[in-house]
Amino acid sequence: MADLRSPVARVRGLGSAKDGTHHWWLQRVTAVALVPLVVWFVVSLLRFAPESQAAARAWLASPVTMTMLILAIAVGFWHAALGVQVVIEDYVHAEGWRIGLDMAVKFIAAALTVASVVALFRIAFGG
Amino acid sequence: MSTADRPVSRPLSPHLQVYRPQLTSMLSITHRATGVALAVGLVWLVVWVCAAAGSADIYAGVAWFNGSILGRIFLFGWTACLFYHLFNGIRHLFWDAGYGLELKDAYASGWTVVGAATICTIGSWLIAGLMR
Repeated sequence: MADLRSPVARVRGLGSAKDGTHHWWLQRVTAVALVPLVVWFVVSLLRFAPESQAAARAWLASPVTMTMLILAIAVGFWHAALGVQVVIEDYVHAEGWRIGLDMAVKFIAAALTVASVVALFRIAFGG
Repeated sequence: MSTADRPVSRPLSPHLQVYRPQLTSMLSITHRATGVALAVGLVWLVVWVCAAAGSADIYAGVAWFNGSILGRIFLFGWTACLFYHLFNGIRHLFWDAGYGLELKDAYASGWTVVGAATICTIGSWLIAGLMR
């Protein structure tokens, strides 16, 4: 079959870097964002120490907690998915498994982020 | 490739098993290990948040595990991982900006990370214990 792609299209993406510094940079952006989010999380958890379900709901329903926790969980899963991707790429050599596992991690990260947002909205707004 | 064909004997990179463990390499692999552990911890945080939104039975189950000995070991471990990964991550960011790459500085920042993570982990559990 005739290959209609240009020579540059055929070699693009074949190098070791694949997508250049994009992955590396996003890992740094999410890392910097997580510094204040993690500090807030630890301090807030220590201040309010929500143990009973009522205390947990009261803490989670506050607008500050909701905002910061949604950010922390979303950015946290983003950062985690990027990190776990590198671990999978380093140790899983079978291509099918590597791609499949990486996809699974990203789907789980997205699903759990949405689940936590739904749970928080339900606590704050659902009667 | 047989050794007989080799024209000159070039130095080979030492393999992991015969490489003497150093602080820098140990902290590096610990950063990766704590990152993976924290990814699992994040899943547990979502379980806890969802349980808080759910029924009293479900929340009681999650709270029971958190209060159990095994649960406390996990939570303490995640606390240690969180502080270590946070501080060592900041160390990485300094390296990315081009600071602290000299061997002497890398060791000093490494020990600082270990010390800060230890103090914050134990300190936060002491504070949590005192406020109960």
